Amino acid sequence: MSRPEDTLPPDLFYNDNESRKYTTSSRIQKIQSDMTHRALSLLRLKSPSLILDIGCGSGLSGEILSASDQDGTPGGPHVWIGFDISSSMLAIALEKEVEGDLFLADAGQGVPFRAGTFDAAISISAIQWLCNAESSEESPSGRLSRFFNGLYASLRRGGRAVCQFYPKNDEQKKMVSSAAVRAGFGAGLLEDDPGTKNAKTYLVLTVGGGDLDGDITGVVKGMDGVDVIDQRKKARVVNQRREMKGSKGWIIKKKEQMEKKGKVVKPTSKYTGRKRRIAF
Amino acid sequence: MKLLTLNFLTCAIKTCKTSPSSFPLHPQDAELEIVESDVNMAFLRNILPRLMWEELRGITRELGLPELPETAPAAEDLGEPSQVAKDLHRLLLETSIREGKLVCGNCGHEYAVKEGIANFLLPGHLV
Repeated sequence: MSRPEDTLPPDLFYNDNESRKYTTSSRIQKIQSDMTHRALSLLRLKSPSLILDIGCGSGLSGEILSASDQDGTPGGPHVWIGFDISSSMLAIALEKEVEGDLFLADAGQGVPFRAGTFDAAISISAIQWLCNAESSEESPSGRLSRFFNGLYASLRRGGRAVCQFYPKNDEQKKMVSSAAVRAGFGAGLLEDDPGTKNAKTYLVLTVGGGDLDGDITGVVKGMDGVDVIDQRKKARVVNQRREMKGSKGWIIKKKEQMEKKGKVVKPTSKYTGRKRRIAF
Repeated sequence: MKLLTLNFLTCAIKTCKTSPSSFPLHPQDAELEIVESDVNMAFLRNILPRLMWEELRGITRELGLPELPETAPAAEDLGEPSQVAKDLHRLLLETSIREGKLVCGNCGHEYAVKEGIANFLLPGHLV
């Protein structure tokens, strides 16, 4: 199946017809609601919060956010603000009278909210669209960095964001997560059903500070059936002392090297590396 | 668009990010409506410390709504569904802008609001 991302830009792809198909398909509704619940469980909100929904579309995820605690939304009902680039999708959201505030905006142009606005952010099947640039004025990396920088600023300290997306390949996965790391997030990828056709990738982002148990490894702690693969580069030991050239340690190291090469080396004694006595 | 959202919204243009006058956006020719919803005390308590009260007062003045008290209500006043909490809920979550435009105080860019949806798409040269 071809990827819609490869055919048209999102504001044109999701026209009236496509938006209606998307919103009324019970299969998509089911997938979207499952993914929203999964994202909410990763956010672990305890009380009603202000949430940003990036690429809210027709409000499929927003309806779940506005649901109360009894209806299966942890900490709910939340208040959410959503934005989407497709006006047809927003028109359907209006028809459905969703409770959140809607914006017509492009996530690749930044997030126009003041610092520390949101408790959390959620994005279901949207940010892969940021990897496409439709004009020569912009680039995928520029769009991604504007988006993540804006998102980082608008989340409060200790806030979390979960973005489910469909990466085209590993390269795209890496591009998205490294853009998030560069913006300052603690980032990690969680994959459900990896290797299968319906693999789902969640980018779990954390903003430092506040009452958080660290990055994604802290988020998934205590969850069943999650394997942690740590691919972070270990910080190199900075203080690797190099022997001063000419010192005793340096001479001994050189002698060992030579010995390993099979050269004949004089045995090391207490006189090794000492200066000769001045003869006169 | 709720007045709560307006208390967090800034101008989207990059050069306005550093200017303090890009927040708040000033509503013009605004047509207001009331969308009823349930009072959510826990949410009000959560959001209260993040509100910019002075700016909120300015906005209500511009919209011709009743004058707000000088200081924000304390969190203790929101313990139970009191009149203070109801008023705050009415103002932040039920009063919304249906039609009109939002104007940036710095660059003067106008964002149109139609049927409660603000248009924040920018032309390429302003991004």
